[in-house]
Amino acid sequence: MTQTIPQVADYIRILPELVLAFFGLVVMVLDPLLDDEGSRKTLGGIALLGALCGLGASLWMAQSPGLAFWNMVRVDSFSVFFHVLITAIVAVVILTSYEYMAVQRIRAGEYYGLILFGAVGMTLMSSAVELVLIFIALEISSISSYVLAGFRRREASSSESSLKYFLLGSFATAFFLYGVALMFGATGSTNITAISQALQAKGVPRLAYVAVALMFVGLGFKVASAPFHVWTPDVYEGAPAPIVALMSTGSKAAAFAVLLRVMFEINTPGRFWLIWVSAALSMTLGNLSALVQDNVKRLLAYSSIAHAGYLLVAFAAQPGPGISAAMFYTASYAAMNVGAFAVVSHFAGAEERYVTLADYAGLGRRSPLLAATLTIFLLSLIGIPITGGFFAKFYVFSAALKSGLVWLTLIGLLNSAIGAYYYLRIIVMMYMREPKGEITVRRIPASLGVALALSVLATLYLGVLPGRVLDFALRSATQLMQPHRAAITPAPTPPVGTM
Amino acid sequence: MVPLSYYLMLSGILFACGILGFLLKRNIITIFMSIELMLNGVNLSFVAFAAHWHALSGQVFVFFVMVVAAAEAAVGLAIIIAVYRTRETLNVDQVNLLKL
Amino acid sequence: MNPVATPFFFYLLSTLAILGGVMVIVRRNAVHSAIALIVTLLSVAGLYLMLYAPFVAGVQIIVYAGGIMVLFLFVIMLVNIDRSMKERAFNKQWWIAIAAAVALGALFVSVFVKSKGLFPERGLPLAEESNTQQIGLYLYGNYMFAFEIASLLLLVAIIGAVVMAKKRI
Repeated sequence: MTQTIPQVADYIRILPELVLAFFGLVVMVLDPLLDDEGSRKTLGGIALLGALCGLGASLWMAQSPGLAFWNMVRVDSFSVFFHVLITAIVAVVILTSYEYMAVQRIRAGEYYGLILFGAVGMTLMSSAVELVLIFIALEISSISSYVLAGFRRREASSSESSLKYFLLGSFATAFFLYGVALMFGATGSTNITAISQALQAKGVPRLAYVAVALMFVGLGFKVASAPFHVWTPDVYEGAPAPIVALMSTGSKAAAFAVLLRVMFEINTPGRFWLIWVSAALSMTLGNLSALVQDNVKRLLAYSSIAHAGYLLVAFAAQPGPGISAAMFYTASYAAMNVGAFAVVSHFAGAEERYVTLADYAGLGRRSPLLAATLTIFLLSLIGIPITGGFFAKFYVFSAALKSGLVWLTLIGLLNSAIGAYYYLRIIVMMYMREPKGEITVRRIPASLGVALALSVLATLYLGVLPGRVLDFALRSATQLMQPHRAAITPAPTPPVGTM
Repeated sequence: MVPLSYYLMLSGILFACGILGFLLKRNIITIFMSIELMLNGVNLSFVAFAAHWHALSGQVFVFFVMVVAAAEAAVGLAIIIAVYRTRETLNVDQVNLLKL
Repeated sequence: MNPVATPFFFYLLSTLAILGGVMVIVRRNAVHSAIALIVTLLSVAGLYLMLYAPFVAGVQIIVYAGGIMVLFLFVIMLVNIDRSMKERAFNKQWWIAIAAAVALGALFVSVFVKSKGLFPERGLPLAEESNTQQIGLYLYGNYMFAFEIASLLLLVAIIGAVVMAKKRI
């Protein structure tokens, strides 16, 4: 009889998840023992420690690549990349939340607990290679973000955004599941490696095309790409700003990781036009709608749709340069967008009152430091050189040109030009306009200062020295494209009647 | 005997019923029920494919889908209660949702 | 032993399932919709039995029809449905909805029609007697990790439900 007892190596390969879940439990257990004020301080610290330990565990996990738990989880450079990225995002988001929670008077226990548990789901999404596990991890991260979106309980808009996110999210999940079911029907397996082998060996049945399209609907919703983007602006507007930072970078990065695995490791048939259309639509709709927004959170929501579009351009390109460009883009988008939302969440004040564009008038004079950091993030979102956004766009579009996607590149470049307008509008507002009314800008607390400093550093680092990250991404891409190098260990089939 | 394709077609019809209910109805609870209908369509196709491939993994998948459906139901109904408390309505138009 | 899975049962159960699905949509009263959904769930459970999946059929009845639907009915009782009875039941853009659903439904059905040769009834059924035992071995063998991580999902759902349903946090 085959041994079905997990080894130590198995546990090391899921160590980041174990660490994050452990700290989430500690937060939940300590919560009832503390009062509101104390819970914010203590639990925030514990959650931050948890995220940092998760980061450390991710690096440790990198030492032992391979499959774990009978082909459920695979640790390779690709999953290590996303583990590090997501835990870093979570750490910065927790730093941002530290002040936000006190200003909004939100009880901290469940908030930090759900962030950490959600992080378990997100990190697991990047290392799972079995569709069952991908599905469960996706649901862990989704359910925790449905709830987190509704955490501003004094606002009706918050619970409404939670409801909208939940209903449309479950709708999209059902599509993803139907896609998985059809893929199972087409190949007889739900393991990504086995599916790709079956599709190579036996040819591609018609069922597989429909399956890919349905799975793309589900994942397209999670990354907020058009035409599955309708939820984004409303949910981003209603949800707490730090949570928006997490949803627009962490959940998105995880969903892109799944999309990369599904699209490239399976080498799915018929993906090209699907992605082409979705990318072109996302870029165009996102940027055009962002032009007319007055609410900064909504504006950044539409910008996030547009950036999902740029990222999808890389998916349409050839796998080699495409995968690495997409990975680089997720990292640099995470750096700049987390930073931008950190500024927004600090400036918004109690009950998130100051989120319109007019409120930002004259910020350059009232708080030069805040305005300067926001300017860096916005310039990076435009794609100005020496910021991460520049190289991200550069690699994506050069990968697209190398694959002969002239039209898509053209649409992308035109859209970048349109996008520059509304980002510059915020900058002009901050520096050129007289402040209207009295908005007191609070001092930047140490935790937020650290979060902003880290985001600025990451943005500039990726803009000045992109080499190391890109090399790592390229290495992961080559690993991802040869999934068969690691021969699957035959899964033990359960014996019958030996009990 | 009935070909498996018939089961699969039934699953497609149930899924489409769910889509129709989701897009058509305005009561949040019924919209949520439509999602359950879609999940049942999915589950039926999983079980049918499991019979086709002689692979129990399809049935195990259904088990996990049910776990997730239960979790979603708990959270979703709690969210519905939270919205109802602030709005006193379960009508999507008044919750300003789904501007299709 | 003669198989119970005769075509008659298939047609009966599938008609019931589709009828239930349609009733979920057309009924104005949410309680009626819920009961129609239960009918669908039970007929689908019957179909699982015909497909040699007794364990899944049992779980369908216990968890779905017994657990989830009771939760639904409970919430329907908590909120005031008299008011929503008076409001319009359907969207204004009903024709878009119907067109989309029919198009997608036709797509799904056509995939299986064209591939009819692909999915014949197999002569060999799955072993029915040891089905539950085998699924148990799968859950605690290959799928051990998924099974364990599902507990985290349930924990998140519990916390989430408590947070959302609490009057103030």
